[in-house]
Amino acid sequence: MSDHPMRGRTAISGLGETKYYKRAAAPDGEFKMCLEAILLACEDAGVDPRDIDGFASYSNERSSPDRLAAALGIKEMRLSNMFWGGGGGGGSGALANAVSAIISGQCEVVVVYRSLAQGQFGRFGQGAVVNEINNDGKWTAPFGLMSPAQSFAMRVRRFMHENGVQQEALRAISMASYFHAQQNPRAVMHGRELTEEIYDQSRWIVEPFHLFDCCMENDGAAAMIVTSVERARDLKPEPAVVLAAAQGSTPRNQAAAHNADLYATSNFQHVAKRLYEIAGVGPEDVDVAQVYENFTGGVMMSIVEHGLCAPDEVNEFFTLENFKAPDGKMPINTSGGNLAECYMHGLELIIEAARQLRGQSPNQLENPEVALVASGPMVTPVSSCILGVDR
Amino acid sequence: MTTGELSQWHATNPDTYLPPGLAEPRPWQDGLDIPYWEAIERDELVVQYCDDCKAHQWGPEWLCHRCHKFDLEYVKVEPKGRIYSWERVWHPVHPALQTSCPYMVVLVELPGADNVRMVGNLIGDPMRPVTIGEEVEAVFEHHKDADPPYTLVQWQRTRD
Repeated sequence: MSDHPMRGRTAISGLGETKYYKRAAAPDGEFKMCLEAILLACEDAGVDPRDIDGFASYSNERSSPDRLAAALGIKEMRLSNMFWGGGGGGGSGALANAVSAIISGQCEVVVVYRSLAQGQFGRFGQGAVVNEINNDGKWTAPFGLMSPAQSFAMRVRRFMHENGVQQEALRAISMASYFHAQQNPRAVMHGRELTEEIYDQSRWIVEPFHLFDCCMENDGAAAMIVTSVERARDLKPEPAVVLAAAQGSTPRNQAAAHNADLYATSNFQHVAKRLYEIAGVGPEDVDVAQVYENFTGGVMMSIVEHGLCAPDEVNEFFTLENFKAPDGKMPINTSGGNLAECYMHGLELIIEAARQLRGQSPNQLENPEVALVASGPMVTPVSSCILGVDR
Repeated sequence: MTTGELSQWHATNPDTYLPPGLAEPRPWQDGLDIPYWEAIERDELVVQYCDDCKAHQWGPEWLCHRCHKFDLEYVKVEPKGRIYSWERVWHPVHPALQTSCPYMVVLVELPGADNVRMVGNLIGDPMRPVTIGEEVEAVFEHHKDADPPYTLVQWQRTRD
């Protein structure tokens, strides 16, 4: 058992999500949806929204705490925290920062949140149309390598080469997300079944990614209320205890022109080791995993680097049967995740992990006790967390 | 989609692998990488070299990431490499690429320079199968009509 000062001291009490929409389909703007998600999380937890005293987000969240605090009538703001770094890599990191603020006595009720209206503010999957480039993008963009899919495909291809991974392994990840979305009425892809044939025949975006290997583009907002575990016990829902949350990077992971020391990686080697040390559990204890899908190749490497599968066993282990809830060997992305529920920058994955521990998942496991979340592979920094039950 | 469109681009525009309209590279405003852009304009491939560590470094940094010595020199390296990874791009994410998919992007490591890596296009039929480890050599693609002019380092199979 770990005696790390982070372990088991805080809990996720409230979960709030707006309806999730396809890109540009939301009737409301990003900031309004953010307010709605925070209020839903507070209602779920049973806390007065005015008692929120800390805000933590990531990925250059546009709905800033100054504006939120004014709109919500926050009595006293004590923390306004942004996790530096792009993409969804900061999801569990924002949670880690909230946890740290609570344990160090800075805050009592922190909301971890993300709002995203790609219809209102532009899309992640497009290259910037500019005349000239004088940042590190100049080493790639003039060669037509400028989108996230294109940046990550190169790493994934190298990993597949080094470990003899077949395309079917990536397909199984996508199939699992779509399978779980069919039981989840909130999922944007609810009612849209994916078969092996549909996957195989879908167009390439950039090899080795088919269309269904890529996350969606969505509108919505999500929020979680984080408090001390003592306070959480007095609140309405069963708390999802934070056993560990860790963030970081391997050496020189974003060195220019793809010169990372460890190249074929999701960047979780160091973070995962520390995560398990803090939590006092090992990969063998993980009952269910929510693994951020920017692209399926990132899921593959995250699963390997969190020790859930050896790199030379990917082809055998990565099957829909193994990934299915409730009875697969390692159920993943049980709400549908970024591929099929909603691309809420992975905050919906942490929410789903908490939901599993509460017994409220649309694809509920039988009494899971340890849930892993890996946030935003292949960026710098990345982060992950382990949630447990309050026993 | 077939390879026809890119082939047509190649047939009529043999000098550049991709069509015009993509962002043109410029040196950092602090001048860090000016020696690189000047060298490749002369058909010479250079990367940074730390004389204390006896080791190459790429991309350019103001100091050696190993020993923190500032102001590394740029040294000429053999313009030959090996394909370290590759991707065939089918979906255009930029208006300039609407009619030039698929195209091939490769990550090339330079065995003569401590295996530093460079991104470029692999010249030739984008549908031709690629093998990681294949030997390639640099092709200096000069964009002389650009204002200001610039050069890109592309790659082609050594045995072609």
